[in-house]
Amino acid sequence: MMEMVTATHSGMVRSHNEDSIGADASIGLAVLADGMGGYNAGEVASGIAVAMISAEMKKALASADGALDVAAAENLVSEQTVRANSAIYQAAQNQAQYSGMGTTLVVALWHDNTLIVGHVGDSRLYRFRGNKLEQVTRDHSLLQEQIDSGLITKEQARHSQNKNLVTRAVGIDPEVEPEVHRHPVQAGDIYLLCSDGLNDMVTDEDMELTISSLQANLPLAAEQLVQQANDNGGRDNVSVILVRVLKSFPARSGFVDRLKSWFG
Amino acid sequence: MAKLILTLEGSTIREVPLDKERIMIGRKPSNEIQIENLAVSGEHACIVTILNDSFLEDLGSTNGTLVNGNQIKKHILQNNDVIEIGKYKLKYLAEAPSGQAGGGDDFEKTMILRAPAKTAASSPKPEPAPAAKSANEPAPPAKPSTPPPTPMPTMPPSKPPVPTSAKPPSPDAAPAMAKPAEPHALAAVQILTGPSAGKELDLTKNLTTLGKPGLQVAVITRRPQGYFITHVEGAKFPIINGKMIDAQAQPLKDHDVLELAGVKMEFFIKK
Repeated sequence: MMEMVTATHSGMVRSHNEDSIGADASIGLAVLADGMGGYNAGEVASGIAVAMISAEMKKALASADGALDVAAAENLVSEQTVRANSAIYQAAQNQAQYSGMGTTLVVALWHDNTLIVGHVGDSRLYRFRGNKLEQVTRDHSLLQEQIDSGLITKEQARHSQNKNLVTRAVGIDPEVEPEVHRHPVQAGDIYLLCSDGLNDMVTDEDMELTISSLQANLPLAAEQLVQQANDNGGRDNVSVILVRVLKSFPARSGFVDRLKSWFG
Repeated sequence: MAKLILTLEGSTIREVPLDKERIMIGRKPSNEIQIENLAVSGEHACIVTILNDSFLEDLGSTNGTLVNGNQIKKHILQNNDVIEIGKYKLKYLAEAPSGQAGGGDDFEKTMILRAPAKTAASSPKPEPAPAAKSANEPAPPAKPSTPPPTPMPTMPPSKPPVPTSAKPPSPDAAPAMAKPAEPHALAAVQILTGPSAGKELDLTKNLTTLGKPGLQVAVITRRPQGYFITHVEGAKFPIINGKMIDAQAQPLKDHDVLELAGVKMEFFIKK
């Protein structure tokens, strides 16, 4: 039903990679997290988020056995984000070396011809459809708020020094408010999940050109995106997940669906 | 700290550090930067500084505010911008990365802005000081609830939010996106065989694909180190100077002959 490829790199400046990624095409799940916090706490936070959400979602989807409606799937994304938040927050409370750690998060679940995307912070999901790349998530960041309030334009935002301030993160507070939305999916769609190490270094136009030119070879497209971020300076860890929807994926084939497919 | 250098006809009048969140410019004495000139409105413009960014806003002045010669209403100040108000010029000098040894690192960190604890809305000019904690604090106090972050109003009177948690520093404090490094020379591909023989294709983009989709496609990437060719799709790999390449990117040299999807072409550097 879908093809998923991943690429992650510590970048040209940082010695270690605090991004974590998880992709499981068999259940239609992609998770990307960009950790923050001193020493190795950032990768601990992003690692907990990705591992927990991947495992728990897999379990929940298996036990539902396909009989999960989209609203329930939305709840699942939201719930698992909240649980990951508690786990990271608790770990940070209990161990001094993890104090203050947190992570951004973007969770994408393709279920019943629908994409359910939850996010916290400035990691993004884009959709490539009809040769156009469109940003689906809106950053929880100071910069986005400044753009929204008309204080600065998108072009000016590129030159802002406040790029790095997020207004929401997972694991920083006892509670978190994930933003969860659903979007209809079409066969042929390509989705891009990325950490800010990509979109801070590579323009949306170049991202679009790369996916458009290399859509026949997604692993190469992922590699090229990371390479461009690094060629442009690679000041941050950079991670990408590319997901191609090969065909539609209704949750269950009921009698009517089967009948339709016979005549379709 | 960022500052403004106020000059009149080339001579410096004063230096103004942007040490306040809001600095007013105008003719009245109440302004932080008072300019006693009839071309200047009573309250002409203001500069709001939030963390490292300073925003200039014209307050509906009679004669307007120019930045680098262009009339503006709102403007995010960049280093070396020249603001013109009447005959007066104010040059904006951004903060130098403080302390190259360490302080400058902080600019690249991703940080969390804490939502301010909601205060009683009785105060006419609420100054929500965001609850902040140092990243070094061993155990941050638990808060009963997390109010949503206050949306940033236009020119907010709020205190700058304090970052609390940060991704590891990078030694480079350069702001914004780096321009893609330009290779030294523009290159092109000229088709040698087939119906399009003689056609030339300039490699002006970061990626240029060649070949026939579904049959054989390769991509030429333009990188700071030069130009590279990589196989994208198809059972056959591109042939360069008579030799088939593998899945790895292959650097291109001036006058290399490429062959893909049965078409020969020459890569060359344009002067």
